[in-house]
Amino acid sequence: MTTDTSPRIELVCPAGGLPALKTAVDHGADCVYAGFRDETNARNFTGLNFDDKALAEGVKYAHSRRAKVLIALNTFPQASNWSRWTAAVDRAAGHGVDAVILADLGLMDYAAHRHPNLRLHLSVQGSATNYEAINFYRERFGIQRAVLPRVLSLAQVEQVIANTQVEIEVFGFGGLCVMVEGRCALSAYATGTSPNCQGACSPGKAVRWEQTPQGMETRLNGILIDRYADGERAGYPTLCKGRFEVDEETYYAIEEPTSLNTLEMLPELMRIGVSAIKIEGRQRSPAYVEQVTKVWRAAIDACRRDAANFVPKAAWMAELNKVSEGQSHTLGAYYRPWK
Amino acid sequence: MKTFKLPDFTLPALLTRLGPRLPQLPPTLVLVGALNAALRTARGPALGHLLPKELLEPLIGRRVTLRVLDAGMTLRFAYGERGFRPSFDNAPADLTMSARTRDFLALLLREEDADTLFFGRRLLMEGDTELGLLVKNTLDGIDLPRFDLAQLSSRLAPAELLSRLGEYLARRAVPHH
Repeated sequence: MTTDTSPRIELVCPAGGLPALKTAVDHGADCVYAGFRDETNARNFTGLNFDDKALAEGVKYAHSRRAKVLIALNTFPQASNWSRWTAAVDRAAGHGVDAVILADLGLMDYAAHRHPNLRLHLSVQGSATNYEAINFYRERFGIQRAVLPRVLSLAQVEQVIANTQVEIEVFGFGGLCVMVEGRCALSAYATGTSPNCQGACSPGKAVRWEQTPQGMETRLNGILIDRYADGERAGYPTLCKGRFEVDEETYYAIEEPTSLNTLEMLPELMRIGVSAIKIEGRQRSPAYVEQVTKVWRAAIDACRRDAANFVPKAAWMAELNKVSEGQSHTLGAYYRPWK
Repeated sequence: MKTFKLPDFTLPALLTRLGPRLPQLPPTLVLVGALNAALRTARGPALGHLLPKELLEPLIGRRVTLRVLDAGMTLRFAYGERGFRPSFDNAPADLTMSARTRDFLALLLREEDADTLFFGRRLLMEGDTELGLLVKNTLDGIDLPRFDLAQLSSRLAPAELLSRLGEYLARRAVPHH
């Protein structure tokens, strides 16, 4: 049984569509985050996301089961398309969502003035890594939560939490990129499409996979970014996870494809006062959402019951490893024994 | 709630070798028959059809090939104004998806995520990736009734599907282009 004194920590799960949203709610998500079918969010992939009808049903479904719906509007509008983003804020507010996740300062200003009762979360794309920045967003726009970029050590996360009233959400599981959040230009350089403004890193139209006698080749806008031997685990077709020839050696020159998994850090995350744990993966299927939500729900409940003796079950780790990108999982920047 | 879990299996190697020598049309007809049944199967006035036609519009005129590796089968079909139909020629497909029987079934039953299968090299998508994403995300976005066999529309029951497949074959005895 969960004791009343144990810290509350919300499980925030991804939904690329209505079935994923329902699956997340059914398996214990406290919040589900989603986006509209356009470039106002950072998972603008063909056929993914919510139209108004699906969102209306999703909000109704979640609210009737005491779960929250958050809408990610976490890309950066330009002068020519500003009204599309403000209209998206209005749509989200009209649907009665529980919060919008924003990155752009102008859009935050618009939302704060136009919808004073709408809860604002600062997106990871806003790239605020210190409490001064987060407190500025609080003072200026009244944000209630910030999602931290995946570059801070656990000690640094603790320091941020100790110095702000803003709730802190951290990534707990899922795909990693080079973590120059909101500012990465690698995919835009190769494809001409900006993930930060148009919402798609390595958009489908630029990606080609081909089985060749040398192995499976991945190309991004014609550029060979990786070649996998038979049976070798693959990663997403992004430049940051490609293998490149450097000084006559071919290797992961930027980073290795791997997934973040902080399950073993749950007691520490709770102790330092993290408010919410985010699971990455709006681009993934309801099957992934079910598998990952189940494990994290069970782990959070177990940790709240008895944090001192919490040890991740081998079966949980196996389930998470199964759905992970690349060769392995990592604690990312959270675990950094050196200072 | 689902209780059935698809076991991990690979069809016998004999079938893999034999498959390519067998006619590919009958399994292709079964597949397009099932897809067309899903197109027509209404879930009631509020929910529309199982496969929403408007979402499939970008598929019109596009050729898709499914390579069922352990069955040695290559199923070629296309989507048009009148629904899915087999492709009889060997023109290159816009999109080719390759996987084992078990993994195609697992995707269909929503037991496995496509990216998970891709990371584990159990699913390969060649050709127009944008089209592949559309197919994958459209299927993932269909709000199926709870996967309870008792509640599934009787129109999707095997006997009903077979009988309608028979009607379909009778109607389409002449190959079309």
